[in-house]
Amino acid sequence: MDAAHIEIDRLTKRFGAFTAVDDVSFTVRAGEVLGFLGPNGAGKSTTMKMLAGFVTPSAGTARIMGEDVVDRPVAAKRHLGFLPEGAPTYPEMTVQGFLGFTARARGYRGSEAGDRVHDAMRMTSLEEVRLQPIETLSKGFKRRVGLAQALLHDPPVLVLDEPTDGLDPNQKHEVRNLIARMAPSKAMIISTHILEEVGAVCTRAIVIARGRVIADATPAELAARGPDLDTVFRELTREAA
Amino acid sequence: MGGTMTVARRELAAYFSTPVAYVFIVIFLVMSGALTFTLGGFFARSTADLQPFFAFVPWLFLLLVPAITMRLWAEERRLGTIELLLTLPIAQWQAVLGKFLAAWAFCAIALALTFPLVLTVNVLGDPDNGVIAAGYLGCLMVAGSYLAIGAAISALTKNQVIAFVLSVAVCFLFAAAGSPVVTEFLSRNLPVMAEVARGISVTDRLAAFSRGVISLRDVIFFASFIGVWLFANAIAVDLRKAD
Ligand SMILES: Nc1ncnc2c1ncn2[C@@H]1O[C@H](COP(=O)(O)OP(=O)(O)OP(=O)(O)O)[C@@H](O)[C@H]1O
Ligand SMILES: [Mg+2]
Repeated sequence: MDAAHIEIDRLTKRFGAFTAVDDVSFTVRAGEVLGFLGPNGAGKSTTMKMLAGFVTPSAGTARIMGEDVVDRPVAAKRHLGFLPEGAPTYPEMTVQGFLGFTARARGYRGSEAGDRVHDAMRMTSLEEVRLQPIETLSKGFKRRVGLAQALLHDPPVLVLDEPTDGLDPNQKHEVRNLIARMAPSKAMIISTHILEEVGAVCTRAIVIARGRVIADATPAELAARGPDLDTVFRELTREAA
Repeated sequence: MGGTMTVARRELAAYFSTPVAYVFIVIFLVMSGALTFTLGGFFARSTADLQPFFAFVPWLFLLLVPAITMRLWAEERRLGTIELLLTLPIAQWQAVLGKFLAAWAFCAIALALTFPLVLTVNVLGDPDNGVIAAGYLGCLMVAGSYLAIGAAISALTKNQVIAFVLSVAVCFLFAAAGSPVVTEFLSRNLPVMAEVARGISVTDRLAAFSRGVISLRDVIFFASFIGVWLFANAIAVDLRKAD
């Protein structure tokens, strides 16, 4: 019996003749925060979209809490909090209205839905803008709305595609603290281009390039391969190119 | 069913959060009223019914319904919210059905707002209100049919203009199939096709409703017509969602 919360099993995605994700396999257990690294176009978002059940894999599959994302998508999605790349939200809705919608879609009703929405807004410091239409918010606030939506149901699995992109230093710090607080009970995958973030919040890092996994180690191990993490990242991804 | 209604509620609220909904309703009311009273010879006919109104509604919907549906999926894909919607724990068919029901409810609201016409005929004469109710039901069926077509086409393209033009064209096919021009031409040249054309015509069936005839066959036709297009919609969403 595999206890891993996330199992990625030979996942492959082809767009025509181009292979964006090439036979990627790994697992993430509760308590692990996996930093998902790689140059632009490496296949990070595509992998995450397949894991979230949005993009249909060309081959392979993934499981969330043992539920296959291809065969049992709804069951798998119940256990998942997903922040898509760019944190898309419905612009005309208010923050509270939008989060209320995702709460209802997740099966919460009445006061429980209200409580969930308020907790999520508190965790992401959105209370003061809760009645504002999302289109009138700044980029960082929009990102936080996306984050709030992913956290709302306290899922055991969190997949966040560039969660700190566009946040100010204070908010970056807040989000990293939030991730660290939630870490012990959850399995998380976080993609990022900010390498210092990996050392700060991740227990493990995977580097992919051209759709293939080229490194899987702790941040400390990776950093020890060279003068610093940035140099190691450049060396690794240049070799793959 | 919870997921379907959650999606439908959000969609319907979204219609009324932009001026598009109000513009649509005003145009529909003005046009349907104007056509009924002028071209339809509402007063000159001196019979108390809504026949002219029911004759114009399918042609009005032909232009207005694709204007509603063109953004249905195209907008979700443009904003990227489709990725959010389809990674919530709801089945894809629930998202498809929810969006359709919201658009249908919106058309029902627009139709309901034509109630002054019903009041007018009741003041002026003594109409058969059962026949009028059947006519409205027929209009709702036609709206549902066009909506299902437009929604499926909207899932195929990100371009709202293309979605609009294609939807009008396909809806026109099903609207015009039963018109005398088409059926006479076909029965002279291709008699087999004339029957088929009459069979797939939505306007022919609406005409029966507006005479007060609600037949099980027509209801089944509309239900399966909508069902088939919604099925196509679900397939189109699945194929095109991530492009
Ligand atoms: N729908 C699509 N059709 C064709 N190619 C696609 C599609 N989606 C992604 N790709 C290609 O797949 C590759 C991987 O893209 P992906 O978005 O996964 O990269 P990423 O690692 O997230 O990059 P970034 O760091 O820039 O976000 C890219 O070359 C991209 O152009
Ligand atoms: Mg990406």
